[in-house]
Amino acid sequence: MMDLLNILMTESFWAASLRIATPLIFGVLGALICERAGVLNLGIEGIFVVGAMCGWMAVWLGAGLWGGVLVAALAGAFFGLLHAILTVPLGLSQHVSGLGITLFATSVSYYTYRTALPDVSSPPRIEPFRALDIPILTDLPFFGPVLFQQTALTWLALLMVALVWYVMNRTALGVAIKAVGDNPDSVDAQGLSVYGLRMGAIVAGSALMALGGAFLTMSAFDAFFFGMVNGRGWVCIALVIFASWRPGKALLGALLFGAFDALQVRLQTEMGALVPGQVFLMAPYILSIIALVIAARSADYPRALLTPWFKGQR
Amino acid sequence: MIRIEPRENASRAFAFGIPVLSAVISLAFAAIPLLAAGANPITAYGEMIKGVFGSVFAVSEMLTRATPLIFTGLAAALAFRAKLWNIGAEGQLYLGAMAAVAIGSGLFDISGILLLPLIIVLGAAAGAAGMMAPTYLKVRFGADEVVTTLLLNFIILIFLQMMLEGPLQDPMGLGWPQSAPVLDQGMLPPLMDRMRLHSGLILALVLAAIAQFMLARSVWGFKLRAVGENAAAARHAGINVRRSLFGVAAISGALAGLAGVSEVAGLKGYLTADLSPGFGYTGIVVAMLAGLSPVGVVIAALFIASVFVGADSMSRAMGVSSFLADLVVSMSLLCVLVGGFLAKYRILRTKGATA
Repeated sequence: MMDLLNILMTESFWAASLRIATPLIFGVLGALICERAGVLNLGIEGIFVVGAMCGWMAVWLGAGLWGGVLVAALAGAFFGLLHAILTVPLGLSQHVSGLGITLFATSVSYYTYRTALPDVSSPPRIEPFRALDIPILTDLPFFGPVLFQQTALTWLALLMVALVWYVMNRTALGVAIKAVGDNPDSVDAQGLSVYGLRMGAIVAGSALMALGGAFLTMSAFDAFFFGMVNGRGWVCIALVIFASWRPGKALLGALLFGAFDALQVRLQTEMGALVPGQVFLMAPYILSIIALVIAARSADYPRALLTPWFKGQR
Repeated sequence: MIRIEPRENASRAFAFGIPVLSAVISLAFAAIPLLAAGANPITAYGEMIKGVFGSVFAVSEMLTRATPLIFTGLAAALAFRAKLWNIGAEGQLYLGAMAAVAIGSGLFDISGILLLPLIIVLGAAAGAAGMMAPTYLKVRFGADEVVTTLLLNFIILIFLQMMLEGPLQDPMGLGWPQSAPVLDQGMLPPLMDRMRLHSGLILALVLAAIAQFMLARSVWGFKLRAVGENAAAARHAGINVRRSLFGVAAISGALAGLAGVSEVAGLKGYLTADLSPGFGYTGIVVAMLAGLSPVGVVIAALFIASVFVGADSMSRAMGVSSFLADLVVSMSLLCVLVGGFLAKYRILRTKGATA
């Protein structure tokens, strides 16, 4: 018990939690925007891979770190647009289309990587985002190391939480996006474009998802590996239900997950002799399932989620 | 303006034509990545065809690759018919494989002739068991089975590594994370001399035939389709929807488990953590290309297996990445989706802005 308390008291533990949570914050926000507009985006896992690969490759080719972020977002938006076309005007199965996008985006990324770098055994490294050292604030006790020694992408993620919250709750656009996921007929009756709103939301959400991937290769690590996304996208799909489609709770969910994952790593080193390490590795996925089950019963799903809408058909 | 309206009589030609056309289009699209890699597409297609049909050995390799895909394709097709989104075939495959090596490497003292049937039955049972928890969480708590089965895949894969470094590890294996070999009498007999093709293929074909018959002709199949088309109406008509879901979940999981059994006890003879290069996920593509029909699954599995074996062979000959196969497979899924739309709806150009 003392060990657990000791871990929870350390600054490095909370700094790690926020770092692990960062890609999930992007991913949950992205999934949230898509689902609020009424479309499930199971392309998320593949869009993470695309963001990770494109962001890294752009930097490796000399685009600069922020250039890489932009390229990742655009690549994510592209695959989002594909999902949007398939699921909105064509009204195809959101499940199957999303899985198809994940398979397609993943294989495009892997093929591109292998074709660009046919013979490398150890992946080339880039100079990733560095921790921001904000003068004075960094020296604050506790908050200094936890908050003010993160990279710019973590800050961008936190900024996005505020931005998505603001757009969703304080703007006409947010009202329209939520309405199109609840009752598209009413949106159509007001003369707004259901297709436009839904497709726009998917494209924007997918761009955010790709930033989650970009964080992995440009901040958490400094290179691209096969299989590096490792289910993070699927975890986001579970977390968005846990977050009841609210940006604030999405941040909370991602942070809880990050804290749990950081704890798991530390417990593994403390108790590795007693319990096989894999038990700890499983924990985050099990936690996601538990979170999903707890939230599912009372989940207030966007009412038109998974339901395609066609103009002129009631 | 463009208007979309349902076709009045979606012809049968579409049902067969669209998957075939999707396959052809996705192969044609492959020319783009081939050109990007600096390869001549014509030569590459030639190498692929040679790699699949160039010799008896090539064909036997393709059939060997198709075997697990028939199992996982059936697993997805049956579940999807009931709108039960089992995306967990990858994990269920490994559960079946673990059961197969645990029993097959001599855990129990079982006389020779009983060993293989027991491996098959318990491997299927392990796969089925893997689908019970997500189904229970779905019907009891409304937890989306897509997410739970996907996450379970990761959990099972980690569990597999734990087993391969623990109880299932080969004591003679010099510390490698691999299982002890399946005893000879536990192996599925080979079908051809000096080839890897094994009788798992026969089992897969028999199960596909049974599935086709049951789906089309039995009360069970009728209920399954009713639940998939409209669960509320099915419930109203007195069908026990929960029981139908649990039933199809068990069968779907069992089929995925058998893919693992067949790979371990038919092909490899032992278990490692890289037994399946995503057969569970590829099975979803197989099922969709097949239009969720069991007979179609066999044909689609042969196509996808040809793509993989052909691309592998082309890759060795020309140095193009074999990820090309995954690219073609994923494109064929997207093409068949769009094709399915074109079969159901017509796109009309209407004059003026009236809709």
